[in-house]
Amino acid sequence: MSKISLKNLRHSYQAEPGPDSEWALNEMSVDWSDGGAYALLGPSGCGKTTLLNIISGLIEPSVGEVWFGDENVTQLPPDQRNIAQVFQFPVVYDTMSVYDNLAFPLRNRQVPEPDVDKKVREIAAMLDLSETLMTRAAGLTADGKQKISLGRGLVRSDVNVIMFDEPLTVIDPHLKWILRSKLKELHQRIKTTMIYVTHDQTEALTIADQVVVMQAGTVVQIGTPVELFERPKHTFVGHFIGSPGMNVLPCQLDNGRPVYGGQTLEIASPISQRANGARLELGVRPEFVQLADAGIPVRITKVSDAGRFNIVDTQHGDDSIKLLVPTGETLPAGTAHLKFDPTHTQVYADDWMIS
Amino acid sequence: MNKKISNQKAWWFVAPVIVLVAFNAVIPLMTVVNYSVQETFGNNVFFWEGVKWFETVLNSERFHASLGRQMMFTSIILLIEVPLGVAIALTMPKKGVWVSVCLVFMAMPLLIPWNVVGAMWNIFALPDIGLLGRAINALGIDYNFTSQPLSAWFTTILMDVWHWTSLVVLLAYAGLSSIPDAYYQAAKIDGAKPWAVFRYIQLPKMKRVLTIAILLRFMDSFMIYTEPFVLTGGGPGNTTTFLSIDLVKIALGQFDLGPAAAMSLVYFLIVLLVSWLFYTLMMKDEAQ
Repeated sequence: MSKISLKNLRHSYQAEPGPDSEWALNEMSVDWSDGGAYALLGPSGCGKTTLLNIISGLIEPSVGEVWFGDENVTQLPPDQRNIAQVFQFPVVYDTMSVYDNLAFPLRNRQVPEPDVDKKVREIAAMLDLSETLMTRAAGLTADGKQKISLGRGLVRSDVNVIMFDEPLTVIDPHLKWILRSKLKELHQRIKTTMIYVTHDQTEALTIADQVVVMQAGTVVQIGTPVELFERPKHTFVGHFIGSPGMNVLPCQLDNGRPVYGGQTLEIASPISQRANGARLELGVRPEFVQLADAGIPVRITKVSDAGRFNIVDTQHGDDSIKLLVPTGETLPAGTAHLKFDPTHTQVYADDWMIS
Repeated sequence: MNKKISNQKAWWFVAPVIVLVAFNAVIPLMTVVNYSVQETFGNNVFFWEGVKWFETVLNSERFHASLGRQMMFTSIILLIEVPLGVAIALTMPKKGVWVSVCLVFMAMPLLIPWNVVGAMWNIFALPDIGLLGRAINALGIDYNFTSQPLSAWFTTILMDVWHWTSLVVLLAYAGLSSIPDAYYQAAKIDGAKPWAVFRYIQLPKMKRVLTIAILLRFMDSFMIYTEPFVLTGGGPGNTTTFLSIDLVKIALGQFDLGPAAAMSLVYFLIVLLVSWLFYTLMMKDEAQ
């Protein structure tokens, strides 16, 4: 087990990539600490799977290096990297029994049979597969097969990292929840680094301690779920995480303070960078927008009931601003004024946070 | 109130199929059955013979001999074509422009009419003017398929392998290309050697198409007629006289319609039985 470092990594599927659009992954340097539970979150086609396959060695990066601890593994094939990977669609060896499936990675590595037996039974017990150990793997349901895929990774005692590539896609919703908590429990027991690829924010936020958000081949933010929620470093993170997403509104700067709707707003953290000529935007989540007696004048256009609170759509000029209001609270008719919470209002220059 | 509603109108929907099957299969088969139990000397005069022709056929040395040759031929070509077809399919490219090129080349022998295949190989293998015949003789091997049984068998088998291995290749290739990449990736991570990948991923995934391939090749080769007829005419002697060739000799050469009809029924039942047995066994294994 060791820390995984990606150094100045860049990848393209073209042999001789030219413009930026031909790069599947833009330059990045990311460290994954040993024993961490990471989620790799982003929309379909953002490069999550490419990144995962580079770490596992199924793809060799066009530029940059992959280090496991103090060993450069960039050139090593997957079987020599001691990694495990669970794929989107369950991979089981159909003709083998569950037992033989779990034993397969060990037998390929010439582990003596008594040790294989001990390890297989231990992992099977951990995954609740003991009952079906001697049946043919082909007969199992999708979640059973996915457990086998996971089990084939877990039987090896030396794995550096277990990677999951949207493993719950084909699982029934009620089983998803069970498997997710099983995974969380497993991680606490075995303490192996986990990287979990998903495009489902709920999944990412429940499983991981650290979430890596990707967009169009770029890592836009790495942080805890709370950090992603409260201080999105990129407007994309604001949109993608949270439901409804963050309000992003065009603004100007005046003496280091944002101006919106003719009003100079307070923000808790000072603006740290100069942003000459950049496109300036203000970001505030609907959770941190309140109705007030004075402030930004808006017109209420729509109220939708979301259970414990109402999502209120308002309009200021051409911008729409969403806010959450607890159900039961009376809403002013037609026009209202809004106040933004200064500690949770960020300023973005060309989509990147500068405050 | 459990009155059963009787509505027989649905039969009208099935009727066209029944008529079609009757005309293209059942009625012709019945005429064969008719011949198989009677003796005729032409002029539509028939004499009832019961199961005599069946007894004759089943006890006939000649039938046993051609059945033996037939089984030998079918076993040999299956043993060559199936592994060879799978091996070629494994080496074919998985993507790129070469895929279509390979597929077209593979499909070519399948598009050539059977008697043309026979004629081509006949000329190709002639020891005096044929390229293959001359080449083999030039190597110092005495080869003449028109007079040596071994050479005749060799040529017939080579011709069949050339003509039909493509079918196995195409089916096996279809089976291989349906395997998702994740299987290969998982195998790589699990440290599987190429042989294990073949044994535990590719072969199981090809099983269904290979079942079809073996069935088709069994049936086709067991009924083979045109190619050996054109190539060797069943000779030298009767060393390459397979069941179909023998059947035609009896029916049209000797005009023994009764024994020929009995023989075709036995022949038909053998093909049916073997195909059924094979398919049932494969599917039973699948169900487990």
